[in-house]
Amino acid sequence: MYRIRERIYKGLFTLLAFASLIFLVGITLTLFIEGLPVFKEVGLFDFVFGKSWYPTYEPPDFGILPLILGSLWVTAGAVLFCVPVGVGSALFINELAGKRLKAVLKPIIEVLAGIPSIVYGFFGMVVIAPFIQRLLNLPVGLTAFTGSLMLGIMATPTVCSISEDALSFVPRSFREASLAVGANRWQTLTRVVFPASASGISTSIILGMSRAVGETMTVLMVTGGAAVIPHTLFQPVRPMTSTIAAEMGEAVMGSTHYHSLFAIGLILFVITLIFNVIAELISRRFRKKLGLGR
Amino acid sequence: MFNSRIAIMVLAAVFSVGLMVSVPTFAAKSLTIKGSTTVLPIAQSCAEVFMDMHSDVNISVQGGGSGVGIASLIDGTCDIADASRSIKDKEKEKAKENNVRAYENVVALDGIAVIVHPSNPVDGLSVEQIKKIYTGGISNWNEVGGKKTKITVISRDSASGTFETFNELALDKERVRPDALLQASNQAVAQTVSRTPGAIGYVGLGYLSSAVKGVSVEGVEPTNENVINGSYELARKLFMYTNGAPEGIVKAFIDFVLGEEGQELVKKAGYVPLI
Repeated sequence: MYRIRERIYKGLFTLLAFASLIFLVGITLTLFIEGLPVFKEVGLFDFVFGKSWYPTYEPPDFGILPLILGSLWVTAGAVLFCVPVGVGSALFINELAGKRLKAVLKPIIEVLAGIPSIVYGFFGMVVIAPFIQRLLNLPVGLTAFTGSLMLGIMATPTVCSISEDALSFVPRSFREASLAVGANRWQTLTRVVFPASASGISTSIILGMSRAVGETMTVLMVTGGAAVIPHTLFQPVRPMTSTIAAEMGEAVMGSTHYHSLFAIGLILFVITLIFNVIAELISRRFRKKLGLGR
Repeated sequence: MFNSRIAIMVLAAVFSVGLMVSVPTFAAKSLTIKGSTTVLPIAQSCAEVFMDMHSDVNISVQGGGSGVGIASLIDGTCDIADASRSIKDKEKEKAKENNVRAYENVVALDGIAVIVHPSNPVDGLSVEQIKKIYTGGISNWNEVGGKKTKITVISRDSASGTFETFNELALDKERVRPDALLQASNQAVAQTVSRTPGAIGYVGLGYLSSAVKGVSVEGVEPTNENVINGSYELARKLFMYTNGAPEGIVKAFIDFVLGEEGQELVKKAGYVPLI
């Protein structure tokens, strides 16, 4: 009796563990099946490097370079914001804050991660965009920079909490050794603790980037949606995610436009996959360096 | 190990294919409506209310565009074809070959208001000026009698029905300048225009509000009356084509759309009712 139950449980949990694999394979397959027809019709090169996105005109243009660049600009801008803030707060929490302050700060930063993205979108559209428009005297406040700022705030918790973990993994002995040879706190921080956790911090940054590049609702609401190749951060852009979200509902099922939206999803998937693989590789190297095994 | 991997992949394939195949429905009476994305919101909301009133009727509403709708009516795969244009001669011929007589029912009017920021001194534009602003020929307000401000062009996503209408009526299907901001809804366009002093946008007539200024087109104010009397240029009729004069369940539905309740839904969807 006991044995049978054990077996059932084992089987059940094995199934649950493999469920995510099934979803992953299912999603990947769907993306490929629905996305690949575009490459036959438009060609991979013309699709990825084409400069104009006019999917519903006659004749249509399916060039997603402006969309890819839009996503990358917004993400790069977000990194400029979330790295100093995220890593800075991780350093403060780990190195300087007392126990009580740490107990308050960490949960507060984590609450930021729990705010729904549409709320960031509202905030960005109603408060930040008009503010930036007036501050910089721009024709319109819905720009790549506005999106970067919002995504930067959203990615900060990811960067901060993973960086903080990386810092706390640095063995006590490293610090003690450094202080013992006469280094002060600043020297210990910049020359011992920081290099030792550098790859962990890089991991956090890349994971933050992959969070930013995949974010949809916020950028749909605050970046304006103009499919042009961006020259500055202060002009409207149309990231890949918001293109899919805005056009999926009204694209004719089975048309080239419909398939091209899946193909955009496929390319986005590849980009985030690359980010995640890089993050994984760096974090492996990091663990080895500190002698923590795999 | 290898076998189990194949099993998992097969399972995933079955799973994803299963998602794509829609389950056929069986109801006492069923009605298929297909066609223009502009008419889609009207068909959808009317179908919902109609089905609530008649629990034995099942209505399936699909988009696809006016051409797709009329083609489906001709080959018999839909009962009602939504269209934002009248039927072309070529389509009429094809219908004759298939023994289908496309019967025209006007169900609503669609007017588009061109809007600017309330502080903008420009009160009226010609269709030619609107076209030049949207396609890139004019990029400063002082070229059309306004202040020296760069024009921020705001458009709808090119797959939307409102865009389709505007593109046909004002732009002769020419491409909108690539740096135009594309917004996902009428509300988003109005919101952005109301916050951007140099902006120009367009919304369905039902979305005009005091937060933005609707300019006159060729000297005619964008009002429901002017759309109904035909003097406002950026307007057109919306159709539901049926095979012959509507009968039975099709007639019941068309009558509902043309009735008081249906026209109220037309208004709610942002269009101009016939009455």
